[in-house]
Amino acid sequence: MTAPVLTAPAPASLRFHPLRDSATMLRRNLKRMLRYPSMTVMLVGMPVVFLLLFVYVLGGTLGAGLGASVPGAAGGGRAAYANYVAPAIILMTVAATVQGTAISIAMDMTEGIITRFRTMHIARVSVLTGHVLGSMIQAMISLAVVIGVALLVGFRPTAGLGGWLATAGFLVAVSFALVWLAVALGQVSKSVETASNLPMPLILLPFLGSGFVPTDSMPAGLRWFAEYQPFTPIIETLRGLLMDEPLGNNAWIALAWCAVIALGGYLWSKRLFNRES
Amino acid sequence: MTSTHSRPAIAVTGLRKSFGDHVVLDGLDLHVPQGTVFSLLGANGAGKTTTVRILSTLLGADGGDVTVAGHDLAREPDAVRAAIGVTGQFSAVDKLLTGEENLRLMADLHHLGRGEGRRRVARLLDQFDLTRAAGKPASTYSGGMLRRLDLAMTLVGSPQVIFLDEPTTGLDPRSRRDMWQIVRDLVAAGVTIFLTTQYLEEADELADRIGVLDHGRLVAEGTAEELKRRIPGGHVRLRFADHHGLDAALRILGQASPDTDALALRVPSDGSLRSLKTLIGQLDDRAIEVDELSVHTPDLDDVFLALTGDSRNEKVTAP
Repeated sequence: MTAPVLTAPAPASLRFHPLRDSATMLRRNLKRMLRYPSMTVMLVGMPVVFLLLFVYVLGGTLGAGLGASVPGAAGGGRAAYANYVAPAIILMTVAATVQGTAISIAMDMTEGIITRFRTMHIARVSVLTGHVLGSMIQAMISLAVVIGVALLVGFRPTAGLGGWLATAGFLVAVSFALVWLAVALGQVSKSVETASNLPMPLILLPFLGSGFVPTDSMPAGLRWFAEYQPFTPIIETLRGLLMDEPLGNNAWIALAWCAVIALGGYLWSKRLFNRES
Repeated sequence: MTSTHSRPAIAVTGLRKSFGDHVVLDGLDLHVPQGTVFSLLGANGAGKTTTVRILSTLLGADGGDVTVAGHDLAREPDAVRAAIGVTGQFSAVDKLLTGEENLRLMADLHHLGRGEGRRRVARLLDQFDLTRAAGKPASTYSGGMLRRLDLAMTLVGSPQVIFLDEPTTGLDPRSRRDMWQIVRDLVAAGVTIFLTTQYLEEADELADRIGVLDHGRLVAEGTAEELKRRIPGGHVRLRFADHHGLDAALRILGQASPDTDALALRVPSDGSLRSLKTLIGQLDDRAIEVDELSVHTPDLDDVFLALTGDSRNEKVTAP
């Protein structure tokens, strides 16, 4: 005779369905993106404007100054600079997308529907994973658009199929990390305005790294920061993958940063979501 | 139905909650039988919304025992969530989605099958008079439509217990009456309703039992009739053309309380024809001109003001 079971399995109606609920929440977020297209346009537009600005307005002069330290920029000029700046613009695209994530999370939090979700018997995490998956899809679409424009204005990557696949995989990892961070930033914001400002540093960080000019042209203190901040190895990895150059340690450092940011963002988000409001 | 009345849908004993030094709920006891409407009355800040937030698992309590739909709130919050529906003071709808999409979202989250979800959504749209607006984004809805959609979304999961936190605040009279009818229909179907409101009329119309919340405690509980009987608030209100008439009437009607600004006098009365005759006779004898006379039986306003010690507007006069 077996001992009586103290914890009976939950009845079918009380079981959680995180995957199904996440898919439902993803559908909701995709519909919201379609209903509010101006935000998507704005989020894609920003990196495109920066790209055009840096290639056509600043590219001639900046390209001439790249110097011999940058491999592949020997010719100098606008064409060389287009190749140099494209990875930074690509990363900026991800940063702009997650700004949208923070805004839509904050919109949700102010609207009361999240309170309804909290009183329902659903897999709670699906509220957040729905946003994460939606933002990932949005990021991939934005990246395709921005890379397309970059190719049109003179970006000439030398990567083969393998390099492109590795780039795509790497961008998924970077987007995943930054999206989870943005989910936390969106929840920590008390208003939609704050939510749109909080991720601003993510858009500025490529400037304070190797995104737009080589770090060895910077003054000592800034240079130190630029070399150790997470966006520099991410940009260098993108550059290496797309221009078919050796990656060195950058790829591992970048992936480690992504893992840390993703995990930190996830744990922070979860804690914020489960706090009592 | 009578047999199920014995099992409580909501049972609360000694519920306490403070925010810092501020005590919001100070030992609240509630007992709501299944299939009835319980209305929690209270001024702003009395603790109504905090009570709803705790009972609907949004907020943890500092102390006390709560069961909702037979499940312990602290130990089985998931089972409680599966049994309840909440419609708050502020609409919990997705304004970028259409009415139908909002309802479909609820159907999907309740894991209703495709066909069953579709049928239930169509039925609720029809029942809540939203079929014509079903394809429009909720951002274009009027206040009354939003409130109806909000409640319809709550009903997709067929909850046994529904919390309505000030469901008609800010609604026009017509939408309010529509909402009342919906609540009556729900109760007829066996659902238990926990309603908070600042409108005494609403509690009077809908509630089987009413609890008056003041400073985190129930100061009275009973049916509307029982509560009205507790305080003697029947009176006749006389309005005069000028101060002269008011003063003259005040001299002969000792027990009356004057409202000088409105040139009115409140005279305690049981409202019977005989007492009215006497009153009119007294006024006639001294030829005092009365502009207007109205008879008031005690209403929940009187009860509420007497119980919560709020004597800003009216003074409760002993007979």
